[in-house]
Amino acid sequence: MGLFVDEHPDEAFIVRAALMSSFIALLVGGLMGTIQALHRTGFVQVIDNSTYYTVLTLHGVSLVILFAIFFLVGFFQWAITDSLGRGAVDPRLTKAWYGLMTLGSLMAGIAILGGFTDITSMSADVLFTFYAPLEAHPLFYAGLAVFIVGTWLAGVDWFRSWWLWRKANPGERTPLRTFMVLTTMLMWYLATTGVAIAVIFFLLPWSLGLVDSVNALLTRTLFWFFGHPVVYFWLMPVYMMWYVILPKLAGGRLFSDPLARIVFVLFLVLSVPTGIHHQYLDPGIAEGFKFLAMSNTMFLLLPSLLTAFTVVASIEHGARQRGGTGYFRWLTALPWNKPAFTGMALAGLMFAAAGFSGMVNAGMNLNYLVHNTMWVVGHFHLTVGTAVALTFMAVTYWFLPEITGNSVFSERLGLVQVVTWFVGMVLMANAMHRVGLGGEPRRTADPFYEGVTFDTALGSIGELHLQIALGGLLLTVSLLLFMAHVFLTWFDVASRPAPKPETLPPALSGPEHAPAVLGNLRLWTGIAIALIVLTYTLPIAAIVSGNGLFGNAGVLAWGVETLVSLTAGVVG
Amino acid sequence: MQIHRYEKLWFGVSLLLIVGFIATITYGAVGAGIQMVGDEGGTVDPGEIGDYEIRDGTTFSDIQEPQATHVEGDSYEVAVSSQQFIFNPGTSEPIQVPENSEVTIYTSSPDVIHGIKLPGTNVNTMVIPGEMTKITVEFDEPAEYGIVCNEFCGAGHETMAGNLEVVPEDEWEGDA
Repeated sequence: MGLFVDEHPDEAFIVRAALMSSFIALLVGGLMGTIQALHRTGFVQVIDNSTYYTVLTLHGVSLVILFAIFFLVGFFQWAITDSLGRGAVDPRLTKAWYGLMTLGSLMAGIAILGGFTDITSMSADVLFTFYAPLEAHPLFYAGLAVFIVGTWLAGVDWFRSWWLWRKANPGERTPLRTFMVLTTMLMWYLATTGVAIAVIFFLLPWSLGLVDSVNALLTRTLFWFFGHPVVYFWLMPVYMMWYVILPKLAGGRLFSDPLARIVFVLFLVLSVPTGIHHQYLDPGIAEGFKFLAMSNTMFLLLPSLLTAFTVVASIEHGARQRGGTGYFRWLTALPWNKPAFTGMALAGLMFAAAGFSGMVNAGMNLNYLVHNTMWVVGHFHLTVGTAVALTFMAVTYWFLPEITGNSVFSERLGLVQVVTWFVGMVLMANAMHRVGLGGEPRRTADPFYEGVTFDTALGSIGELHLQIALGGLLLTVSLLLFMAHVFLTWFDVASRPAPKPETLPPALSGPEHAPAVLGNLRLWTGIAIALIVLTYTLPIAAIVSGNGLFGNAGVLAWGVETLVSLTAGVVG
Repeated sequence: MQIHRYEKLWFGVSLLLIVGFIATITYGAVGAGIQMVGDEGGTVDPGEIGDYEIRDGTTFSDIQEPQATHVEGDSYEVAVSSQQFIFNPGTSEPIQVPENSEVTIYTSSPDVIHGIKLPGTNVNTMVIPGEMTKITVEFDEPAEYGIVCNEFCGAGHETMAGNLEVVPEDEWEGDA
């Protein structure tokens, strides 16, 4: 076995391209974050308040759509190719999906950047959630649609590789990494139908002036149909890294292959029928539907709680293989000098904290205290901003040699980078949670209102704002260190000796222990669809019957009226 | 399939935790009577919020006053238009409700999506064009609260705020 780049040079090229796109988005989005952390705390304001929302849109879209998903497709391309031991069926398809994703990103990006200048009236200051009737330039919606179609084709590409592999290897269990990719993509197909319908049938025609209005609650509901499962789309590659790479780095192997599969099946089944938990406070959706979404959400804690056990157990096993002993002393036997290990372990730790704030968010009644406050922003900077982003950055120190053939520039510098991210995020996310409890709203350029005060239980708002700004600055330092490090490794500036190829060890309890039904993707997808139908049919029917498909002045209302008068004419 | 004893135990405890969460929230809703936003307000034409019928013979615009309208006993009503970038009433003069009252707030939007939050309380709801938000809130002690819009509603969003005063009974000038 050689390095991935030597075994599969064509696939490694696409993986590198995807990661390059991902890192550019990370740099752009991250620097926007710096501006925000300093602006809304009032310390340094280099933009005016109205530009803040352009910055915020760019921050959200760059990081959670472009950075996360480009990294995911690159990583998945590696996972499929490496675990099946075969290249893409048709390299043209691989290039096509990467090309479409890039084109879509540029279209949406240009629309957003238009908000910075008066030269063009084009803008898309609608934030990552693009709730209508806030309106973006049609290019923004079209770009999103093209990007999503690109990801769909990527899934087709990977399924085709798997189908061919299955023909050549009848009766064999699908390798774990491939299984994880396939379940994640099935979940993604289900999830993106919501946003695809919202964009293609409602928002794009409306922004082009083909229809007069939108049903605001309908497009919002369709957004969250996609908007919650998308967080699992970021998270599932991270889980793959924690399951298959982290145990190896710790010196051991995965505890249980079947349990890892169960976790991914649970995500496939439960990810989508939860979106309404983002709408606990929405009028027009009955409490019963919200309760149903809450129950699904709570059960979705299960795969994460199971993961916590398996990952910690696998790490402990690794530590004991390295000579660790005692109840807790084995922790000292872990390779804390490796940035890939330390970064992932710290990301996992922060994800545990995020789990707890997430449980608060998920509670229908507790949610009233924190909905749309900075608490929520603190929560997702722990989840996507640390569990996902820090794991992606950490894994890069392990992954980059595989796909470039170059050794990392400096492990020690990498260690400084991941620890700085952790410290910065502890400061920032903790303070965000606390100002949120005091009621400070999210998504505002300037939370200093006349006649409105926010009280914190401990410390002052000013003190907490300082922590947010300081944390933001540390994160910026970490981000720049990471970018520099990627650059220095990518171009092998230090001319290090070539890395040794790595192999991933099999699990302690192998796939042969898994019941065959676990591999039945049709069954699990069917159950997922049934749950979605159960959770969404009635609320969407109620929303549409209330205000029509296109809102009050929409073409449907016009169409029905016309039809009625025509019928009346014919009958009369 | 071989599952470690500890892992089985962990699985059981996790399930218990999940069921426990759902149980406490169910109790909060049914037992403690925590009111949550539902679909009771129905729909409304965003262009004609004022014509929304609160009840027979009383429209939204009839009660859209800074001072809460008395219904019966401790019950009061307030109607607020949440729009770019003011609460009407609320922004130019504070909304007033008496202490020890149960106030039903009606609000909707003629333009884009907004949010209403009284910082320091759990009074918090979305305002969506086409839908009438209806929530009932209990105000016990005299107090002054801020009101902020907590959903991005366009350039100017950061200025959208107001106030609500819970007035002592002996200073209450409205109907009681």
